[in-house]
Amino acid sequence: MSIALYILVMAGVTYLIRMLPFAFFQKKIKSVFVRSFLHYIPYAVLSAMTIPAIFYSTGNFITAAAGTVVALILAYFNLPLIVVALAASLTAFGIDFLPF
Amino acid sequence: MKKQSLLLSGMKDGIPIALGYLSVSFGFGITAVGLGISVLNSFIISLTNLTSAGQAQGVSIIAANGSLLEMALVQLIINMRYALMAISLSQNLDKSFRLRHRLIAAYGITDEIFAVCATRKEPIKPMYMYGIIIVSTAGWTSGTVLGASAGTLLPSNLISAFGIMLYGMFLAIIIPPAKKSFSVLLVIMVSAGLSTICKYLLPFISGGFTVIICGIAASLIGALLFPVGEEKKA
Repeated sequence: MSIALYILVMAGVTYLIRMLPFAFFQKKIKSVFVRSFLHYIPYAVLSAMTIPAIFYSTGNFITAAAGTVVALILAYFNLPLIVVALAASLTAFGIDFLPF
Repeated sequence: MKKQSLLLSGMKDGIPIALGYLSVSFGFGITAVGLGISVLNSFIISLTNLTSAGQAQGVSIIAANGSLLEMALVQLIINMRYALMAISLSQNLDKSFRLRHRLIAAYGITDEIFAVCATRKEPIKPMYMYGIIIVSTAGWTSGTVLGASAGTLLPSNLISAFGIMLYGMFLAIIIPPAKKSFSVLLVIMVSAGLSTICKYLLPFISGGFTVIICGIAASLIGALLFPVGEEKKA
């Protein structure tokens, strides 16, 4: 089968999933319960995506755990996203050179 | 001028996303050419899909000569979380976010772009979101091309250390609000706990589904225990 067809289906489905709710959910939701639910969604989703996946993100539990601890500490002190992200990465990279 | 500065501020906020994407899509590029997909097609897939899990699964279906129905269903399931995110984002859009802007910006609803937009206090304006999307897409596609054409040239420990970047960014997004709000902290802990249970005790649930289930369950608990009034939207 032509790869163009695969790509078309893949891209089309992915776009529609994003577009339909985004374009046609125009009204403000009144219900306090639903609003609260949507308020918590970003935090819940990001948390589920990060934990436990972050510990597998470098292919080595030790380097990933070290990067996670550094990221947690820097995030706690409100450092900018890019600083936290790079520091986690550099920590994981540096720890990889330790002789254990 | 106002539009330009909004675009620039979005582009600035897109930089950490782009850097994180660079490394993830680098890996995608390596995988794609490894499965026999050309550099050009890998680039087109990244440009038209802008999503990691969906693309990784997609190229393996292409390589296995799967059916188009399988492709459509897999994308639907893996990317279903974007619908949830789109609804959440739709509630905090500026008035200037008209239908044509929604049709365009919907393309850029990814985990990371959603995270940055959804945790802003002020309503999202189209130009700001475009700024994030442009820079992020540039990172995602250039990483794909680099990985597809030169993936084997970089030391592997450097590439793997990049893998933690996006997660580090997620922590930087959720930790500061969790310090200020007990309810947010609780939702984060419940979601992390559920996701850990899914990973180890229910491994047959895919990653995409885990995120949907845990996201919905933890947010329901948050909404039941700590409803948020209009004025308290943290």
